[in-house]
Amino acid sequence: MAQLTEHSPIFQQIAELLEDAILSGAYEEETQIPSITEFATTYKINPATALKGVTLLVEEDLLYKRRGLGMFVREGAKSKLLKKRREEFAVTYISPLVKEATRLELSKEDVLEMLERRWK
Amino acid sequence: MSIEIENITKCFGKTTALNQVNLTFEKGKICGLLGNNGAGKTTLFRLIANHIFPSEGTIRVDGEEVWDNDRVLGKMFLVSEGNLYPESMKVKDGFRSAGIFYPGFDLENANRLAELFHLPLKKKIAGLSTGYKTIYKLVLGLSVNTPYLLLDEPVLGLDASHRELFYKLLIEKIAESPCTVLLSTHLIQEAAPLVEQTIIIEEGKILRNRPKDDLLEEYCLITGPSSKLEEWLPGKKIVKKASLGGLASVYIEGTVEEADLPQGFTKEKLSLQEYFILLTNGGIAS
Repeated sequence: MAQLTEHSPIFQQIAELLEDAILSGAYEEETQIPSITEFATTYKINPATALKGVTLLVEEDLLYKRRGLGMFVREGAKSKLLKKRREEFAVTYISPLVKEATRLELSKEDVLEMLERRWK
Repeated sequence: MSIEIENITKCFGKTTALNQVNLTFEKGKICGLLGNNGAGKTTLFRLIANHIFPSEGTIRVDGEEVWDNDRVLGKMFLVSEGNLYPESMKVKDGFRSAGIFYPGFDLENANRLAELFHLPLKKKIAGLSTGYKTIYKLVLGLSVNTPYLLLDEPVLGLDASHRELFYKLLIEKIAESPCTVLLSTHLIQEAAPLVEQTIIIEEGKILRNRPKDDLLEEYCLITGPSSKLEEWLPGKKIVKKASLGGLASVYIEGTVEEADLPQGFTKEKLSLQEYFILLTNGGIAS
């Protein structure tokens, strides 16, 4: 299992790894995700914190609760997440890239060329 | 439903171990009690469990005073270095007597946990190693099902795999039947992910009592080239500085947006351990 870090709130990290698992297909749509207790014991975190992370996805309607059974991945959650992550892509990945490139005195052309070379 | 500590002072001769302490532990939370050696953590635990009496002030559990009150004392279990049971007892007899004091004691669970830890039931408590004496008390604590669980240095003398097993079992216990946990430890990094409320104690006084996530927003660490950092610093409240050649790090109060930082600067959030050391050894408090 991926390790949590101490440098951002744990519930956000739990939400992120749930999102990653939905995106990768590890947690498929209309299937059950592990219980709060399983998350809490696996990551050695407070069950209340695990619940807080799961709740974030429930609020975005990516997960839903089936009474007496547990949490399930909502149909369409993957495409919804893809859309969300694409919107965030510029801020999460491109901004730091431009920042670092500027620090290294690389031109836009230099970076574009590297991108071209690595793109399959 | 909570533990309320009101104006507690405890003196041992001329030494004041706790000074005008006011605290409330909310039901169902895991509360971390952090403090350096001699800060007063164990004194606080022993006062709550009524092993010693306060010089001043009162402690109430669910509205009732703890002083000489068996009904209240049956609601809590203290795991600490001290020993409550005669050491000549065998482990399994210790379990049996726990069942007499604590009606909620789950013997089946105690046996299951003993097996997971490889705690020998037929051995005398006196013959157990330091680590296994702790394990014995933890198994009791995790099986008595009291609404309040007081854990004073619960992982003392435990090896890494036993510590991990203990954290896992504690989480399972809380998830199955929520209870209020007060936990002290020097292994802050290990316990940090479990803690919701953080209490920091120094020289018998409470320095902080806040949710952990709020606490960690109090300061941040900025690193960058010394010359540029000096230009940027005016107006910021600096708590501590360090430098490594031309590179400088400063702990500042509050937080800054990453986007507002000059080029070549980085910002880091503090971990609970870093925060604790900064607060107690960095001289912020004093």
